[in-house]
Order: sequence, then structure tokens, then C-alpha cells
Amino acid sequence: MQYMLLIYTNESAMAAAREKMGNEILPAYVAYTKAMQDSGVLVGGNRLRPTSSATTVRSVAGKNQVLNGPYAETKEQLGGYYLIDVPDLDAALSWASRCPGTQFGTIEVRPVWTDY
Amino acid sequence: MVADKTREAIELAARQSYGKLLAFLAARTRDVAGAEDALSEAFAAALATWPEQGVPRSPEAWLLTVARRRLIDAGRRQRTQVDATATILLAMDELESERGAEGDIPDERLRLMFACAHPAIQPEVRAPLILQTVMGLDAATIASAFLVAPASMGQRLVRAKRKIHEAAIPFRVPEQDEMAERLAAVLDAIYAAFAEGWSDPAGAVARERQLTEEAIWLGRLVVSLLPDEPEARGLLALMLHAEARRDARRDGAGAYVPLATQDPRIWRTDLIEEAEEVLRIAGAMGRVGRFQLEAAVQSAHASRRTTGQTDWAAIVALYDALLALSGSPVVAINRAVALAEIEGPAAGLAALNDLAADARLADYQPYWAARASLLAAAQQKSAADEAYERAIGLEPDPAVRRFLQQRRAAL
Repeated sequence: MQYMLLIYTNESAMAAAREKMGNEILPAYVAYTKAMQDSGVLVGGNRLRPTSSATTVRSVAGKNQVLNGPYAETKEQLGGYYLIDVPDLDAALSWASRCPGTQFGTIEVRPVWTDY
Repeated sequence: MVADKTREAIELAARQSYGKLLAFLAARTRDVAGAEDALSEAFAAALATWPEQGVPRSPEAWLLTVARRRLIDAGRRQRTQVDATATILLAMDELESERGAEGDIPDERLRLMFACAHPAIQPEVRAPLILQTVMGLDAATIASAFLVAPASMGQRLVRAKRKIHEAAIPFRVPEQDEMAERLAAVLDAIYAAFAEGWSDPAGAVARERQLTEEAIWLGRLVVSLLPDEPEARGLLALMLHAEARRDARRDGAGAYVPLATQDPRIWRTDLIEEAEEVLRIAGAMGRVGRFQLEAAVQSAHASRRTTGQTDWAAIVALYDALLALSGSPVVAINRAVALAEIEGPAAGLAALNDLAADARLADYQPYWAARASLLAAAQQKSAADEAYERAIGLEPDPAVRRFLQQRRAAL
């Protein structure tokens, strides 16, 4: 069963904590990613650049418009994700609870449609 | 004012009587879910009528009468064989209680716990089931504590209750010949609840803190109902020892403090003394078991408070005895760490290497943390660095993670 772990954090708070980011948070993510690899559950994952770099495309009155900025202005932003393959939801929740991101925000766990 | 007082009386009744009332009702119908519904209707009725009519002289008896009537009505509506029998039993009980008047409601919580921890119930749902039925905790609270999605925890609880009903799991205290095994399942469930509350990262989440207190309360209840079972006392002593060190696990800044560097003056003397007394009584019964041995290990750590030193030889001997009982790799890890305190890191590492083939340890943080610390002590820096990285990646608690990161940086 594949699950996406979506990591939502407050990116301006994270940007302000630059020193902590380098010393503690990023190394914790590296270790977390490695542990997932070593366990053989990791399918993929990425850290996303801040929402200030986001561009959205949407159709307004049948015509595609390109807009600067994220899909929605929210207090916490999608900052990255992992795609994991584990036997069940409990296993996915167990990995989500280990994610360093829980300390600064929310991890959303979503099962992936695999039968098309 | 009056309304506040009434509300208080209802909350008190819920806290003190919920498990007792549910056990009494469910033991007669074997229908836990039905008893829960009837009881929650009785509490709703109390909320509606007590403010006007005043709190009855015996709130417990009042609630029981209302809940029992609800159950009888529900039974009449269903008209199946089992429910009809239950209805008759309930009706007879009611007659009896009317005749006998003031008699206390018998405490059947122990029977309920044995039903919840029955071998026919999946092991991982036993502790949640006990917390819900005996303590009255709701499924969402339990799910959050056990790190399970609320919907699936709710489902598991529903399925377990259906199983009790459909498979007719008995509400009884086992006979002596099967007591040891069956009691172990009850104690395991209580300890699982304690451990969930204990692993609460910040040590400050109110709900999870409550879980350790609820588990200790259950531990005391089992001891009071089965005073001749030393393992029940062993579990209570173990939980009291752990609870005594709760506040010492973090420093003023919220940083993780390992047991070895905790200041014993912060440990709670009252709990330690109670634990020692409970364990002493258990030991005098002359039947050693897993929980008594684990409590004895904690007792050896606690003696640092008075002697200033930890008796590692005694701890290794206790782990040897535990290992002979359980063969658990978790015990073996602890034993390796204790052994290293006496014979040095190489001996500890050799003991850990014997475990390396166990696949269960690949995702087990304490194994990697122990390994990392012994490798660091043995000056094997690059291997220690790798083990620390693995331990950090597997650790859910931010404070412990930071502690491990500091250790890793100090290599």
C-alpha cells in the first residue's frame, strides 16, 4: 500500500530559524530519509522551494490564466512530501510520527490510488 | 450554583462509577456496545433530570436502574433468543435489587478486564478495549494515544465488542490453573496503556499524561482485586518507579535527560517508596515473574538516590533472569548496555552483535541508539556516526532527537 506523507509547515517561521535549520532540522531530515531507505519503505520524496516561487495555472471562463503565487494563501504551506510503500495505515502513521516536520507543523497521510 | 453542583455530581459519578456500572451490565448481557449505549443514555437522563429534581441519594443505583430499563426495552425490541434471555436476567436482577434495597453494586470490573484481554481478542486491541470499557475513555482519545487513525480504532473496538457478544466470551475470573497466562494478558494490556502515555514526547501532553495515571489506577485496581498475585504488584511497582522519574526526564529548557545523568533529587520519593513496598510484598510471595524482575531493575536504578551509585552487576543478573523468561530482543539490548557498564563497550557491542540478525530490530530506535553510544565509547567514530544517524532517523521525540544529534556532533 502506498501512502503520501505531505509535510505542511509555516515557511516564514522556518526561514527565520535559519541557524536551527542548518544545525538540526535538515540533518534530522537526512537521517529520517536514510532510515526510510534502510527500511526499504521509501518510494520517493522531495523538499519543495517556498511558495513565493510558485506559479499557478487555472482556467477562468474557459481560458487558461497563469498567476503568480500558490494555490491558496494559508498559514502553513506544503513544504515537501514522501511517498512510502508500507503494509497498512498504522505503519504509515508510525513513519509520519517520526518525521521531523511534526515538530513544526502537520503531516497529512494520504493513501494513493493504485488501481487506475 | 445548583447547576454547577449537579454537573460536578454527574462528573464524579462518571469517573467513579462508569467502569463498575458497565461491567455489571455487560457481564449480564455480554453485549458491551449495548451496555455502553444504555449507560450513556442514563448519563444523559441524569443531566436532564438531576438539576431539577436534585442529585439522588445513591447516584450509582439511580444510573444503574435507568440504564437497566433502557437495556430491557432494547432487548424487547430485538426479540432474539440471546437478548430475550438477557432481558429475563436483567428483569430478575431488578426484582432482586428492589427487594434487597440498599445493597452495593458488586464490582465486576475484573471480570470485564478478563473478557477484554481474552485470547480470542486481538492482542493490540486489548488495552484500548480496557481503557474504553473500564475507564470510559472515548475512541478518539485512545486512537491518538496509540497513534492509530480514529476511524480504524473505532472499527477495531466495534469488532472486538461484536466478537465478545457473538463468540460469547465469558465474563469471569479464570481458575487458578489458567490464571497466570490470562492475568499476563490483562497486565500486558495495562502496561501497553502506560507505555503509550509514557512515550509522550514532551512529557506534558495532558491527555497522554493522563494515560499513565489511568494505567496506574488500573494497576492498583487489579492489585486490590487480586491481592495474592505477585505479578500484579510487580507491574504496579514498575509503573510507580517509572512515574517517579517523569519530571527528571527533561531539564528546565525541555532538553532530554537520560537516566544516567538525571538528578535523583528530582525523583519523586513518595512514589519510589510506595513502589519498593509493593515490590517487597510481591517478592515475599515467592513467585517471580517478568514484571517483578523489571520493577527490580528500576529499583536498582532508584537506589542511586541513596547510595550515589548504580549496581550494574545486579542489573545484569536481573536482565539475565528476564532473558531466560522472555527471550525478548528488547531485554537483550538493555542487558548489553548494562554489561558494557561493567566490562566495557567491547563486551556490550559483542552482545549487541549477537542480535544483529533479528529483523525486528532494523526499525527499532533503542537498538541503534545503544549501538551508537557503545561504538562512540569504543572510539569507532565512523560506525558510531552511522548508527547515530539511523537512531535519529527513527526517533519520533524531538527532544531525544536533539540529544542524539548533539551526541553525534560530539564524536
